[in-house]
Amino acid sequence: MSLSVDTVQGSQFVNIGERTNVTGSARFKKLIMADDYAAAVEVAREQVENGAQIIDVNMDEGLLDAVHAMTTFLKLIAAEPDIARVPVMVDSSKWDVIEAGLKCVSGKPIVNSISMKEGEDQFLEHARKCMDYGAAAVVMAFDETGQADTKARKVEICARAYDLLVGIGFPPEDIIFDPNIFAVATGIEEHDRYGLDFIEAVREIKARCPHAKTSGGLSNLSFSFRGNETVRRAMHSVFLYHAIPAGLDMAIVNAGQLDIYDQIDPVLRAACEDVILMRPVAGEMTATEQLIALAESYRGQDPAAEKLAAEWRGWPVKKRLEHALVKGIDAHVVDDTEEMRAQTQAAGGRPIEVIEGPLMEGMNVVGDLFGSGQMFLPQVVKSARVMKKAVAHLIPFIEAEKDKLAPEDQRAKGKIVMATVKGDVHDIGKNIVGVVLQCNGYDVIDLGVMVPWSKILEVAKAENADMIGLSGLITPSLDEMVTVAEEMQRAGMTMPLLIGGATTSKVHTALRIEPAYSGPVIHVLDASRAVGVASKLLSDTLRDEFVAATAAEYAHIRDVRAGKGQSELLSLEDARANSFFADMSDKSPPPLQPGVHAFDDWSLADLRDYIDWTPFFRAWELHGNYPAILTDDVVGESARSLWDDAQGMLDRIIDEKWLVAKAVAGFWPCARHGDDVAIHLPNEDHVNLPFLRQQVKKSRDRANFCLADFIDPAGDWIGGFAVGIHGIDPHSARFQAAHDDYSDILLKALADRFAEAMAERLHKHVRTDLWGYAPGEQLTNEALIKEQYRGIRPAPGYPACPDHSLKPILFDLLDAPENVGLTLTESFAMWPTAAVSGFYFSHPESAYFGVARVGRDQLEDYAARRRIDLAVAERWLRPNLD
Amino acid sequence: MTPREALIAEAAKRVLIFDGAFGTEIQNCKLTEAEYAGQLGIAADQKGNNDILALTRPQVIVDITKAYLDAGSDVISTNTFSANRISQADYAAEHLVRDINVASGRIARALADEYAAKDGRPRFVAGAIGPTNKTLSLSPDVEDPGFREISFDDLVDVYREQAAALVEGGVDFILVETIFDTLNAKAAIFAVRRLAEELGRDVPLMLSMTLTDLSGRNLSGHTVEAFWYAVRHARPVTIGLNCSFGAEQLRPHIQLLSKTADTLLLAYPNAGLPNELGEYDEAPETTAALVREWAANGQANILGGCCGSTPEHITAIAKAVDGLAPRKVPIPETRTRLAGLEPFTIAA
Repeated sequence: MSLSVDTVQGSQFVNIGERTNVTGSARFKKLIMADDYAAAVEVAREQVENGAQIIDVNMDEGLLDAVHAMTTFLKLIAAEPDIARVPVMVDSSKWDVIEAGLKCVSGKPIVNSISMKEGEDQFLEHARKCMDYGAAAVVMAFDETGQADTKARKVEICARAYDLLVGIGFPPEDIIFDPNIFAVATGIEEHDRYGLDFIEAVREIKARCPHAKTSGGLSNLSFSFRGNETVRRAMHSVFLYHAIPAGLDMAIVNAGQLDIYDQIDPVLRAACEDVILMRPVAGEMTATEQLIALAESYRGQDPAAEKLAAEWRGWPVKKRLEHALVKGIDAHVVDDTEEMRAQTQAAGGRPIEVIEGPLMEGMNVVGDLFGSGQMFLPQVVKSARVMKKAVAHLIPFIEAEKDKLAPEDQRAKGKIVMATVKGDVHDIGKNIVGVVLQCNGYDVIDLGVMVPWSKILEVAKAENADMIGLSGLITPSLDEMVTVAEEMQRAGMTMPLLIGGATTSKVHTALRIEPAYSGPVIHVLDASRAVGVASKLLSDTLRDEFVAATAAEYAHIRDVRAGKGQSELLSLEDARANSFFADMSDKSPPPLQPGVHAFDDWSLADLRDYIDWTPFFRAWELHGNYPAILTDDVVGESARSLWDDAQGMLDRIIDEKWLVAKAVAGFWPCARHGDDVAIHLPNEDHVNLPFLRQQVKKSRDRANFCLADFIDPAGDWIGGFAVGIHGIDPHSARFQAAHDDYSDILLKALADRFAEAMAERLHKHVRTDLWGYAPGEQLTNEALIKEQYRGIRPAPGYPACPDHSLKPILFDLLDAPENVGLTLTESFAMWPTAAVSGFYFSHPESAYFGVARVGRDQLEDYAARRRIDLAVAERWLRPNLD
Repeated sequence: MTPREALIAEAAKRVLIFDGAFGTEIQNCKLTEAEYAGQLGIAADQKGNNDILALTRPQVIVDITKAYLDAGSDVISTNTFSANRISQADYAAEHLVRDINVASGRIARALADEYAAKDGRPRFVAGAIGPTNKTLSLSPDVEDPGFREISFDDLVDVYREQAAALVEGGVDFILVETIFDTLNAKAAIFAVRRLAEELGRDVPLMLSMTLTDLSGRNLSGHTVEAFWYAVRHARPVTIGLNCSFGAEQLRPHIQLLSKTADTLLLAYPNAGLPNELGEYDEAPETTAALVREWAANGQANILGGCCGSTPEHITAIAKAVDGLAPRKVPIPETRTRLAGLEPFTIAA
């Protein structure tokens, strides 16, 4: 394993991947010549995974239609978010290939290259094109008389090119000079200076041409040592080691194959340096002769060949399939699907089970990741493609199995016309439903996306379809679906209409679509329901009942929407009238140390004493309280073993400092206004914290609590905190790499415990020192766990304060991203995950409670107080609504 | 002063106001097929072809534009979101692309000049160009990811035709809006740069991206920052975001763009998120309060509304930002800034 130069030397050096270059990689060239673009795309992926920050794409090969190869490849990698995330360098000696490439690349690419080879006019014309397409450009040190070989020529040409470019308004920072790396140690004396000339030219060009960058193609340097990877790698690493400090910003390199300078065999390293830097050598031999002689002893060693297959290929086949689906890698999916099919068959199963089992499970993971905003649309499209390839492989087996069935079972179960409606291009959900239906023996006619209603009706009639399925993801599609239903009605059709897609809902279907069409209209929640719905609709015995039941359900939805709502809740007004009255003469004094206090590395050894172990065992599904659980008759033995392992790992975490505990606490003057707490910050408007009030009718004298009840309207203080445990990733990765799930889970569970312990410890520090309202507090850890202290620390998203969306406000107040390195996801989850945040209330009567269900009146009131849309508030508070 | 200079000068004085949605306003007119189609004798149904109203019912467009000017708009857009050859082909009206754009440009120009003459406050016209329904970065065929429904050159021609007609109609700027595909936008920029070169004058661009998911990317997968680097060569007079959820959801992305982009920032979000019936029901005051925050934080120069917004929303926004200091355009350090789907900056 080698490291890229930037991590070794701490510079900002940029690696440009060279593996997707037919002139630089024999393997890539072979794949492209064989038209194996799927495998060629994998080369690009490996390259990015190996640390290439830009990828160079070159298709200059005499036997290739370079324009076709360039555009095909660039379009394919555009569909791969893992690859397309980095900029592309469009590399060709032919301008028409470059221009064709630029028409396929979004983002801001680099053109490689333009030069004054054919004169100034053409040079500037190409430069203007780069500006029109929005690309940076590599400018070769090449003029009408030829390629620059000496330092003086390199500098002179680059300076001239720079002045010309800046003269036409070309941004200087978009100029990247390539002053030509030529082969050294060729045996020809004039070549000896090439390495040193390049390095010295870089230094002068950078000084002469403000903001311009420099680059070079590294593989040329070691051209005379072809076949001797060890020497080539050493030469490249040594060259960069000296060129980077001189100002070389980037180079086209094989990012996976650079050695760490300090780890190169010192004899070889010195010999390389003698050659590259033209250092005088003692003895009979020249530097070149020395290196050639030395190189013989390294011949035949090829570290690259030892490179292991990508690690995930070693996983069990089911996990491989899931990985391929989630990552959208189709290179091995056919082999893996076949392996899974053979395994299933050997176990007496049917080919269809591969789809219904592992493949659908993998797609569910994709669905979950997409739903939680961790994957975005292009990735899901890619996953669907992998799924299709896998299914395609299985279809012949499924067909063959069908052939053995009785003729009446062989007939397709039904014919379904499916379409994404006009105006919408989203078809993943529809495709998945189509796949599932096909796999279950239905004949699916997929009309694709952006399908006008006329086409849908036409095909449905012509094909004598049994039903129509409509899909859409964006909201205008809802109206278009109503149009399709209306047109079906006008056309006198009676076949069932299925409605699906992320934006659709049972409510919308009931309210808007069903009334437009007298045939059956069914909302299908997700792909898993599609087969059930279709089979019922085509069943002689079940159809009528299902249609009637659905119609009745939709009618009911309409009735409910039309009128009544149910409630056992107090009105918000009454709930407020029954609020809790805290005795404000008992309120805490102002904090001894107001403001925000950050702790960037709390002692882990200190925190160890504050760990609450009971939830740790619960995380492992061992139920019982610590320490009694260790001697429990049933789970005692497992608990003890787990406990020992945990203590062992804790020792290492603390001794070797695997984790870093960060914390921040802050206190601000405030006042209660109704159910809001207004925080007063210096020089700013107040920050409003709206809280929710219990609305469920209470028995006798119990109050309807709200956190604001614990704050004095006449002026008071409130606090907030956030803690996070950092550093888990490398260790977790290490365990995962070793297939050690157990240690991995153990580590994560311990990190969570540290986060909770940090929160507990910090709260104590707040009570005794920072706020200091309980300076003499002496409580055991047991007492702390039982919360026998004064004050509470409720967290947004938990029962007393169910709105997760208060976290951004809290994080702003605490500057949590800066102070504890915590960030929030779109759904307000904290990252890293071992984290706790909340508010501090210090009134002696403050206590935890659950808000539970709230009424529409409070929702509306809250949305207004929170200054958010009702719909948004509804989404955030969904669990507390009916 | 050129329109570019004039807009920059006005934007230095105060937060400017853009207009709101045309679609919902037109829907409220409940026009019939006959009213849409007029006397043009086009083969296909025209109902829903909002852009053609510039020819068949110009008064509808005049009234809506006036409503926005009355609401306080400094910059009004032409009703030409779909007035391109690709979208008009759905209505068999592709031969009318030039006429629609010229007519729409003239309507907006005349009204802008009329209002400016009345009170001496300059009004600007942005010629709106939608993304078309074709995408250069994605394949519509899930099994053939290398397939593209349209080529870059064809799309350049489509944009070129529309932009030239809008300029002929008298617009000040070309607003490429609702950019879901960055490469489509690059084709539009290419087309307009060529047009400007042929006309021998500046045709300033306004660029507006739309986000398709909450992670802050458009459909082609670009982050807001990557998008900016990919289009910065256009020297747009404004950059910004439109459509894409409501103001609440756009907040972090506006913040990021505001810090990054060294040009005026134009934002016109939807009136909140649609409810489960696909309707926008965010109250004008709610939208106004949300976008006011951006202005108050110095993050926006021009504010308006997209889907679901009405003249009432624009009135509320104008009122809410009145008197606030406009965003100061940042001066970023000179760096080599590249982009894939994600931004990539090379250190100095």
